[in-house]
Order: sequence, then structure tokens, then C-alpha cells
Amino acid sequence: MLSVHVVRQLRDFVLDVALSARSGETLVLIGENGSGKSTVLNLISGILTPDRGEITLEDRTLFSSEKKVAIPPENRNIGHLFQSYALFPHMTVFENVAFGLRSRKVPKAEIADAVAEQLATMHLSDLADVNVGRLSGGQRQRVGLARALILDPALLLLDEPLAAVDMRAQAPMRSELHDQIRNAGIPCIVVTHNLRDALELGDRLCLIEEGKVVVDGAPEEVLGMRENGFIESFAGE
Amino acid sequence: MLSLFTTVLLVIFLLFITLPVVSLFLRISPEAFFHSLTEPVVLDALSLSFVTATVSTVIVVLFGTPLALVNARRDYTGRELVDTLTDLPIVLPPAVAGLALLMAFGRRGVIGQYLDIFGIHIGFTTTAVILAQVFVASPFYIRQARASFEAVDRLYEDAARTLGASPGAVALRITIPLAWGGLVSGAILSFARALGEFGATIMFAGNFQGRTQTMPLAIYTTMQGDMNAAISLSIILVVISFAVISAVKVVTRRRY
Amino acid sequence: MKTSTSATLVAICLLVIAGLLVAGCTTTTETPEQTTLTVFTAASLTGAFTDIGKAYEAQNENVKVDFVFDGSQTLRTQIEQGANVDIFVSASTKHMKALQDGGFMDNSTVAPFLGNSLALVVPVDNPATINGLADLNRSGVKLVIGTKDVPFGDYTRQMFEKMAADPAYGPAYKDAVMKNVVSEETAVSSVVPKLALGEADAAIVYKSDVSKDDLTKVTRIEIPAQYNVVATYPLGILAESPSKAEAESFIAFVRGPDGSAILTEYGFDPIPA
Repeated sequence: MLSVHVVRQLRDFVLDVALSARSGETLVLIGENGSGKSTVLNLISGILTPDRGEITLEDRTLFSSEKKVAIPPENRNIGHLFQSYALFPHMTVFENVAFGLRSRKVPKAEIADAVAEQLATMHLSDLADVNVGRLSGGQRQRVGLARALILDPALLLLDEPLAAVDMRAQAPMRSELHDQIRNAGIPCIVVTHNLRDALELGDRLCLIEEGKVVVDGAPEEVLGMRENGFIESFAGE
Repeated sequence: MLSLFTTVLLVIFLLFITLPVVSLFLRISPEAFFHSLTEPVVLDALSLSFVTATVSTVIVVLFGTPLALVNARRDYTGRELVDTLTDLPIVLPPAVAGLALLMAFGRRGVIGQYLDIFGIHIGFTTTAVILAQVFVASPFYIRQARASFEAVDRLYEDAARTLGASPGAVALRITIPLAWGGLVSGAILSFARALGEFGATIMFAGNFQGRTQTMPLAIYTTMQGDMNAAISLSIILVVISFAVISAVKVVTRRRY
Repeated sequence: MKTSTSATLVAICLLVIAGLLVAGCTTTTETPEQTTLTVFTAASLTGAFTDIGKAYEAQNENVKVDFVFDGSQTLRTQIEQGANVDIFVSASTKHMKALQDGGFMDNSTVAPFLGNSLALVVPVDNPATINGLADLNRSGVKLVIGTKDVPFGDYTRQMFEKMAADPAYGPAYKDAVMKNVVSEETAVSSVVPKLALGEADAAIVYKSDVSKDDLTKVTRIEIPAQYNVVATYPLGILAESPSKAEAESFIAFVRGPDGSAILTEYGFDPIPA
């Protein structure tokens, strides 16, 4: 169970978002560019600090302005897949996926086994020693996801997970991603501009406008609200 | 295509730069050059220069890397001032640097007078040579290091944090490796500057063969007597400088 | 963009040309028939010859004396490389001899005109309590001398040789003193500041190198004549000098009563013509 209420002064408006997600539930955030969707993910994973608010994950308080708690990002155990995947360009696929385990001082032999297994389940074994600069969009996405999932995160944050993937490859990758999220059995938040992502991945849909959640509900329900200009154009794609 | 005017300008300027350098090579026979390489004054200067420039480069890198990283990544009051101060030795004439070091670390200097109580004398020692080199050479590394750190996309650092790396681990495993080319070229430039340091050294460290007489000081000294030794040392410095610039070009060309 | 850069270039060129013209004009308008004497002078004579030059110009309005002060070796090298010089004043006979051998000098005009001897100098507060040559071998004394290639350094070594040959001091004394040398300077001008700042305890320089102003910062201690080395300064006119008459007149002034008085004031011993 994830429960979030964060407030932060952005350049043009105050971001004030409250949302929650149960284990195994996927929440999809939609909204205009610059509405604060990615900022919400950064605030949850700890890259940004809220001005005030509270973030709890399972029974842990990750941030609380009231209790003066602010767990640093490295100790939050949250998998955060960035929009461009942020694969480390000076490392191979293997080294990228092993990065988190190395940071946790896991013994070398265990790392090798765990990474090999993770690469195998994500059909990346052949690419283990390839420098990430040579990968296609879809391969990069899977490496980014593998790098996050190998750490058994308690929450998964996906920022435009398929945006850098080739159009033709998107459909199979989406269903693959859907399975992986389901298998992980943890709460998940997906930021997307893509209607198919929203429909296939989301259990719930949140529309964010200028830093506020204006609509929150089941996908069909939300997409039915054609009186909202953004939903009108989003669903009409 | 270059216009005639540009070509003429280019040729005149190139001649102006290369002729004096080439003249050094023309003024000495190969035998005399290799013979002077066996002169104690030349050997002492060579080894002293390499030892001191290496030590001062190591010191500059050890202190300069964290400083450059902090200034590239943290916004704090006084950052601009710190930047200006660390850049200062680039524009200060070496004579000012030498005098300033004397005023600080000399036997009656602001710090030196207290060191004197403990019997520590910096003037006229190899330590003084290293201090002078660190003082004048540090900005070359720190500027380059800061620029290289700023060029590293923060996204990689953020991603590393979410993967469980502490800020220190992020610096060691992400930021520094990604800025590596720039850091190496900065260190090479700083080494070269230390190797060429003259003014501050002769003022602050004095001139004594084997202890404080680095290559530039040896050139200046042997010019009074053994011109061949002076020319040989100059040729070595020219060759090193050329190698340094080429090395920097190669290192900075390799980018991710 | 392109036109504005070329306009800037033209403007810069015009400025440079204008500057050159102005500079050219100011020198030509002064006095139409002025002769300029270029005198290459050993650095140790900087103070004395600056004063002599002023006194000479005051009496001879048609002559302007330009001095270049530097180490004798450097000046000699510049002359050998073809510098246009009228008079060379050297701090050592060695460099004058070399130029004479090379045919650069008008040999009939070359003559020794000045003697200079060594002196021991210490900071006024004398932290190492040095009262004479006998204190220089004490361990821990920081001594500054000239490099072996500059005249005052060469003479200093000759002086220590003389002392080593004298049983009163002996070779052990010389070795101990040389061990106390912390720096070998190429120019006397950098020695006095090192003493004044207290970096060094003692130095051996030319007696004349200690100016009146310096005496507020350093104390001069005479060196006994039996060990002292007297340097002879020769001067002469260059074979190629276009202004021999003016050069002779200037040399006569240097060696005359006015010049000798100034040189004596600076601690030199003029040799009568």
C-alpha cells in the first residue's frame, strides 16, 4: 500500500497531489506536459523533496514534514524507470543490471547468478557484455526495467515506459510489461501520454492538471468524461 | 577555401610561433644534446621536475576533485566567490604568487612564523617547490574538472541514487567515470603547468641544484654558463609540452 | 556578421597605425639632432649608472643615454646575436675578453675602470648572530650565494678556496659552509629581499650591491683583504658603434671626477684612468 500527499512550489504553480495505490494495483497518471506528473514520481522516489506532506509505503514512512522524516532515495527501495531509461553509458548491460546489487554490497558470486537469471527472464542474456550505447529502444527499456526489478522494489515508478520504443514493437512490449508488473505484485505508478498504455496497464487513471489531481477513477469511467478537454483529445486519439 | 589574406595571416603567425622553437633545435648538434643529457645539472633538474610536478598534480587532484564536484553540483552561498578564488592563480603574475607564498610560508610569514617555532622551514626546500606548483597549477585542473562534472547528466546520478547508491558511491561510480576524460586532461594540463613553473619557484623556493632547481630554473641558471645544457633542457620541455597538448586532444576526443 | 567583423578588423588596424604614427612623432619632435647611446651595463651597476646617465644627460643635451641592465653573460649573448650597442660595461673580464676575441669590440677602447669586492651581508636583526666569516660554517646557518656561472658567485667560490688553503680555516670549513648554502642566485637583486624577509641568515654579494636604502634592512660586514676577491669591471666601445665620439665622451665622464664620485658612493673602487 502506497499513500502519498505531497506539496511543492513549482515555477508556475503549487503542486499538491494526494494519491494512493494498493499492492498489485497500477495507477496511471495522465495530463498535459508540464502538469507535474514526472515531478510526482521524483518526489516519491526521493530525487526531489516535498515542501511538506507525507509519503508512506507499506508500514514505512519515507517522508513526513511533520515527523521530520526524509529517507534518502538510496534507502527507499523504489524502482524508478526514467523516461529515457538513464542507462549508465560507461557500463555494459550486465554492469547496469548489477549496479543496485553492488551498491548493496551483495557478494560477487551472488550478483553474477542473480543478474544472469534476471537477464534470462527478460530475454537479455545475449546482450550481457554489450555496451548500452548499442542497444535499441526496446532493449534499453528492458535493461532499465531489469535494473530496477532485480532489487525487488516495494514500489515501481514508470515514466513513459514505452515512449522510446519502436512503434511496431510497442504492442508486444506493453503486454510483456503488463505481465511483469502483475508478477511483481507491488503498487505501480505509470506516467504516460499513450491511450493504450492507460487502457492496458492501468487499474485506475488519475488526471493531473497544474499540479492537482482533478479526476481519479477506473479507466473507462475517466475516459468517458468527454466534457474535459484533455480527456476528449486523449481518448479521441 | 581560405582567402589569400587569411592564408598569409596564418602563415605569418605560424612562422612566428614555430621559428623560435625550431631555432632551439638548430642551435645544438645531436651529440652535444645527448652529451648534455648526462650533465648532473640537467639530470638533477629533470628528476626534480618530474617528482615535484607529479606530487603537486596528485595533491591538486586529491583536493581539487571534491571541490570541483561540490561547486558543480551544490548551490551554496559564496560559491561564486570560491570559484573566483580558485581561478585567481591563473591570472596572477607568478611574481605575485611567489611573493604571496613568501608572505604566508616564509620564515617570518603569517603561517611560517608559527611553523618556525616547531623548527619547520619551508623556504629553500623541495616542499616549497611543490607548494608553488600546487598554487599556480591547481586552477587548470579545477576549472576543467568542474566543467566536466557539469557536463554529466544529473539523470544518471538520480537513477543511481534510486538504485541504492549513496552520494559518495554515486560520485565514485557514476559522476567521476563519466567525467573521466575531462579529469585526465585537466590533470595533464595541471602537470604541464607545474613542470613549467618558474617565477613563483625562484622567488619562494630559491635555486639549488637537486633540491629546488627545476628545469625552468636550471635553464635560467645554465644560460649564464653552459648554453648547451640550457638549450637541451629547453628542447626537452618543448617536446614534453607538445606531447601534453597531443595527449589532451586524444583524451578529450573520446566521449560517451 | 561578416561585414561587422571586417569593419572591426579595419578599425583595429587603423588604431594600431595611428598609435605607431603618434609614437613615431613624439620621438622625432623632441630635439632634431639628438644622438642615442645604447649602453649594455652589468646589473650590479644599475643604481650607479642610472645616476651617472642622468648627470651626463644634464650636461650634454644632445645625447640621450639608453641603458640595458642585465647579467654580463646575458648581455654578451645579446651582443653576439647582433644587438646594436655602443658601449658594453661588463662585470667580468671573461665576457669582455670573449667579445674582444670575437671581434665585437674596438680593442683600443677596452679598459678596466672599476674594482668591486665581496662583502658579507646579514639581516639587521641578525637572527643567526653572524659576525664574520668564521660563523658561516655553523650548522643550521642559511647562506645564499651566486651560482658558479655569475661573477659574484664565482668570486665567492674563489674566496672560500683561499680560506680552505689557509690553515686557520682549512678544507673542512669550506665544506661546512657550502653545505649551508640554501640557494644559488643568478642575480644579486634577488639576494637582499631574501635576507630582508628573514628567509636566509647571510649572503655573500658585491659590496656595491648593498644600496643605502638596503642598509635599513641588512648589515654589511667587511671581508678581510687577504681572502677577498676583487672583481675588475672593464668597459669599452663596440667596433660597430656609429657614435664613437659620443661614446668616448661618455666614458670620459664615467671615469672623470663626477662619475668616480657616484661610483664611490655606491661602494665601488674606481680605477684611475
